[in-house]
Amino acid sequence: MSDKIIEVKQLAKYYGKFKAVEDVSFDVYPGDVFGFLGPNGAGKSTTIRTMLSLITPTSGETRLFGRDLAHHRSYILSRIGCIVEKPDFYKYLSAQKNLEIFGRISGASITRSKIGEMLEFVGLKGREKDKVAGFSHGMKQRLGIAQTLLHDPELIILDEPTTGLDPQGIIDIRNLILQLKNERNKTVVLSSHILSEIELIANRMVIINKGRSLVQGSVSELLNNQELIVRIELDDLQKALQVMSDRWPQLEIEATGPNSLLIHLSHEIIPQVNNSLSAAGVNVFAIESKRKLEDYFLKLVKN
Amino acid sequence: MFWKSTYNEFIKIAAKPRSYIGLAAISALVSVILFAMKVDGKTYISFITSSFEQTLTFEGDILNGDLIAFIILQMLIIHVPLLVALVTGDLVSGEAAMGSLRMLATKPISRSSLLMSKFLAGGAYTLVILLWLGFMALGVGHILFGSGDLMVLNSDGLVILQNSDLAWRFMGGFGVAYLALLTIATLSITLSCFSDNSIGPIVTTMAIILFFTIIGTLDVPVFDNIRPFLFTSHMIAWRSFFEEPFPIETIQQSVIILVVHIVVLIGVALFKFNKKDILS
Repeated sequence: MSDKIIEVKQLAKYYGKFKAVEDVSFDVYPGDVFGFLGPNGAGKSTTIRTMLSLITPTSGETRLFGRDLAHHRSYILSRIGCIVEKPDFYKYLSAQKNLEIFGRISGASITRSKIGEMLEFVGLKGREKDKVAGFSHGMKQRLGIAQTLLHDPELIILDEPTTGLDPQGIIDIRNLILQLKNERNKTVVLSSHILSEIELIANRMVIINKGRSLVQGSVSELLNNQELIVRIELDDLQKALQVMSDRWPQLEIEATGPNSLLIHLSHEIIPQVNNSLSAAGVNVFAIESKRKLEDYFLKLVKN
Repeated sequence: MFWKSTYNEFIKIAAKPRSYIGLAAISALVSVILFAMKVDGKTYISFITSSFEQTLTFEGDILNGDLIAFIILQMLIIHVPLLVALVTGDLVSGEAAMGSLRMLATKPISRSSLLMSKFLAGGAYTLVILLWLGFMALGVGHILFGSGDLMVLNSDGLVILQNSDLAWRFMGGFGVAYLALLTIATLSITLSCFSDNSIGPIVTTMAIILFFTIIGTLDVPVFDNIRPFLFTSHMIAWRSFFEEPFPIETIQQSVIILVVHIVVLIGVALFKFNKKDILS
């Protein structure tokens, strides 16, 4: 019995000659907030639709909860809650009726109080009788999350959940996802092309591009193994440049102003740099790394 | 899960405004016909019977609820398919266009069950439409005009059916008419599985009915072999229940042809829906 919740191996989906997904492999473990990262058109949605049996793959293997999706579809889907791209509800029905409809075929017994509890969790209490037609995009997205949680699934798959949301909506959804992991102990797969979203909430990730998975692993390990660009704000630029070139002559250092430096270095050297500058009498006011994931992602995708 | 899904389909059909277009249209059309018959029915009947009045004497009230119901059925039954397809043609493709099909298909219900629940709900809606037509034509017709013997003009001549002999004929006629409409509903749901837009299957269903009807009515020998197998040739099989002698073999043949169409269409729909990549 595998301890992996999701195992995707060499997944491929072709539409005639067009290769939507060519070779995607990754694993998701219980308790992960797993980032599924890639530029638009990379094959994220196709992969997710394949994992939910919306699309039949051309080749490859998809196992969820240790079982083959092709043969245990109902068992697997009863343990998953998902939003694919955006939640599309019946506009002519109320929020409550919509949840009743999807809850009825979720494989669990869904009571009205459970629906009320979920609506309260996503901040839609008091709007249950309102027709979905009058809901904003953010409200529909929150109703979508309520729908995914109704049957208390172990795995939640969210495909681009913040697309089209305003900044407050993005923060709300992000907080909801963190609540799902921290308070409800859910495993979350989060597909996105927004790097900061993944960097902020995912602990593991896979990056895919042009239908192929490029790299997967722990977000912090992947990023910390990479060279960072660090900006240091200090008071004595000349002395700092002298100290740095004496101690680390191989580092790429650039003065970007009368009191600031940009240094390309690895994660573990940062404390040593700080200590050396302080020991030499240089006052350090700030050390900040540039957007790590962005650089890492762009480097991978360009390669 | 299948029955829960079917219940869902009933709720959706009941909540959709377009579901009531058919009921409203039937109510309006039958009301207009009943009003016209109440006001000027005797003139209309005498126009039809004038050619027989030299050889036959009619006693009693020919213009009764049963005749009105028969006339209404004859006039409207060919238009009801549009009203049925308006709802059933939207059952799969409408959800694909709206995106809700994607959400349904990620639930732990088999695609076959999901589709069969739509067929069942579509069949129930078709029955409601037909029952409403029956109530408006027979029920309201009887209230306004009373009952009596039914005079039917067939291609073979004039048939007079005793009032006591009518109930089972109407029931049988409605039964076969239901089977014909169910074929239309099945066709439109099947077409709906091939499309991701709401209008396409409805228009295609009507185009197929029109095409087959034209082939069926063209008196050209080249179509003689296929004509009996077109479902449109059996759309008016209900009328056989009002013939004497009772054409049991003709009715049986129509029922078999219609049932075969329904079974084949459901098979095609299940195959397509189970293989369908849901990309909407």
